[in-house]
Amino acid sequence: MNALSKSLDEFREVMRRDQVFDIVNRPPKDDTVDMSHGVALYLEGISKSFDGFKALDDLTLYIGDGELRCIIGPNGAGKTTLMDVITGKTRPDEGSAWFGSRIDLLRLKEHEVAQRGIGRKFQKPTVYENHTVFENLELAMHADRGILTSITWRLSGEQQDRIDEVLELIGLTDRRDMLAGLLSHGQKQWLEIGSLLMQNPRLLLVDEPVAGMSGQETEATAELLTSLAGKHSVVVVEHDMDFVRSIARQVTVLHQGSVLAEGTMDQVQNNPQVRQVYLGEED
Amino acid sequence: MQPQSALSRVGRLHTRTAWMILVALAVLALIVVPVLNLVVPPDHPLYMPGWMVTLAGRFLCLALVALALDLIWGYTGILSLGHGVFFAMGGYVMGAHLTRVAHDDGRLPNFLQWLDYTEWPWYWAGFDSFLFTLVMIALVPGVLAFIFGFLAFRSRVRGVYFAIITQALTFGGMHLFFRTETGFGGDTGLTNFDTLLGFELGTPGSRMSLFWASAATLIIAYLLCRWIVTSKLGRVMTAIRDAETRLRFTGYDPLRYKLFVWVVSAVLCGVAGALYVPQTGVINPSEMAPPASIEMAIWVALGGRGTLVGAIAGAGIVNVVKTWATSAYPDLWLYILGAMFIGVTLFLPKGVVGIVSMLRRRREGES
Repeated sequence: MNALSKSLDEFREVMRRDQVFDIVNRPPKDDTVDMSHGVALYLEGISKSFDGFKALDDLTLYIGDGELRCIIGPNGAGKTTLMDVITGKTRPDEGSAWFGSRIDLLRLKEHEVAQRGIGRKFQKPTVYENHTVFENLELAMHADRGILTSITWRLSGEQQDRIDEVLELIGLTDRRDMLAGLLSHGQKQWLEIGSLLMQNPRLLLVDEPVAGMSGQETEATAELLTSLAGKHSVVVVEHDMDFVRSIARQVTVLHQGSVLAEGTMDQVQNNPQVRQVYLGEED
Repeated sequence: MQPQSALSRVGRLHTRTAWMILVALAVLALIVVPVLNLVVPPDHPLYMPGWMVTLAGRFLCLALVALALDLIWGYTGILSLGHGVFFAMGGYVMGAHLTRVAHDDGRLPNFLQWLDYTEWPWYWAGFDSFLFTLVMIALVPGVLAFIFGFLAFRSRVRGVYFAIITQALTFGGMHLFFRTETGFGGDTGLTNFDTLLGFELGTPGSRMSLFWASAATLIIAYLLCRWIVTSKLGRVMTAIRDAETRLRFTGYDPLRYKLFVWVVSAVLCGVAGALYVPQTGVINPSEMAPPASIEMAIWVALGGRGTLVGAIAGAGIVNVVKTWATSAYPDLWLYILGAMFIGVTLFLPKGVVGIVSMLRRRREGES
């Protein structure tokens, strides 16, 4: 009886004539990235284990707005898992990950993370091999991702200019109409970086950008990444120490899933712990 | 330079000559065939007999199936070995309509009487209306595809695993309809149709109308598919096929795109089935047999994946050969099919239409 009168009350409340439901006045969802505190990425206390193996162990890391950060560490230190957590591919067991101070990354799927402005370059260059270089950039361009919009999609002059601008930047202007599958390894790496830029990301995650590149290409890549910092926050994971030294201002050393040391290249290199675990030196 | 000009493969396949050939084929189907059948006297050597018109009409329906399959397999890289189920769903909807019309005196078909029904069961309701039937032709395969596709794509089932569960889907459908209790005629299916829209089936006029409708539908479907694959959506589809992960990390949700193409493909298949049934006079569960769906994939592979015209050509070639072989050498048909498939896989990896682009490249190389 009590339950009945209770539900009757609820019913009356719902049917009240001046009732206003939340769904009507819901505040607009704010998806914009807020970096007013100067921090692009907050990772706090993140742990993730796979079948008992701790890939990430209580990792805490902050990336500043416009910063260029290099992450180094021996194999299995958790670099790729870290990238997976940030981009929504892997959900951590514990911890929090925020993009700016407003976007909770752990609630988003991969494509939503990308739409919010985090671009990721894979270790193995992945481009759409059966599309031309131009088409690769066009597909990556920041735009409405709806199906119907994609059927009626036409490039505006402004958008074409933007693509040409990026083509120039990555040095593939004369390869514009070439199938991406026919590019050299280094050119594919660059095309992928170009595709990231087309998304207008605030944060770029770049996994081993110079793997398999010639010395000259490596140099050019270093220059490109350095020029991107400031406008974008850039996180580079790399094994090539010379390369890291040439671009890095701040270096983070990962070891067994957590941060071992952080600082400038020189500070890190002189850190006895780092020397021991990473550079393999015995004391 | 227009970005669209340098675009997708199919755009390059369609030179002006190719377009002229396509228009010529359309004219052939829509004008020349009716003239040869209806105007030319029967004793004239150019006369096209009625059975041949119906046969050609059925081939056009099968070509539509191949077209639908090419959209999801050739372009999006999702191999379905279960499109027979969508074809059969469209066919059963049309069959249900034809059965209701044939029993408009209130007498129930035998298979329902044997189940002790005294009036049409609820799931037969509405099929006496042609308009309702038209809606259901799209809706039944569409909804089935949506539910199945949503579950499969959400769980990121891909490649050969996806192909296998589509086989299971069509196999399950076949067994469901084999049961007499399902109420769609069991293993004999639905047959004994007499009229459609008030016209008696089997007369020269209605044969020709059905052929004509099939041809027109195929042309419209082709233009629709072409519109899709040459748009940015088409480029997203091929990107899903070639590097789905890259696409996902670029901010696209592959689930939505796959589901869209999958449902469009299923609906086209259903439409094909609906046009096929009045020209065959029967729909039964064997359309959902797994080998039937595999054969559909062979049509596309043989003609050339990811070209649209290849799918149509492949369906035509295989079915013409099949019609000839199953009467001339009935025991050898499967060997012939196998040999054709192996031959194309070995020597023409891009299918029969691959020959055209190969010849063109050779000519360009010489000049």
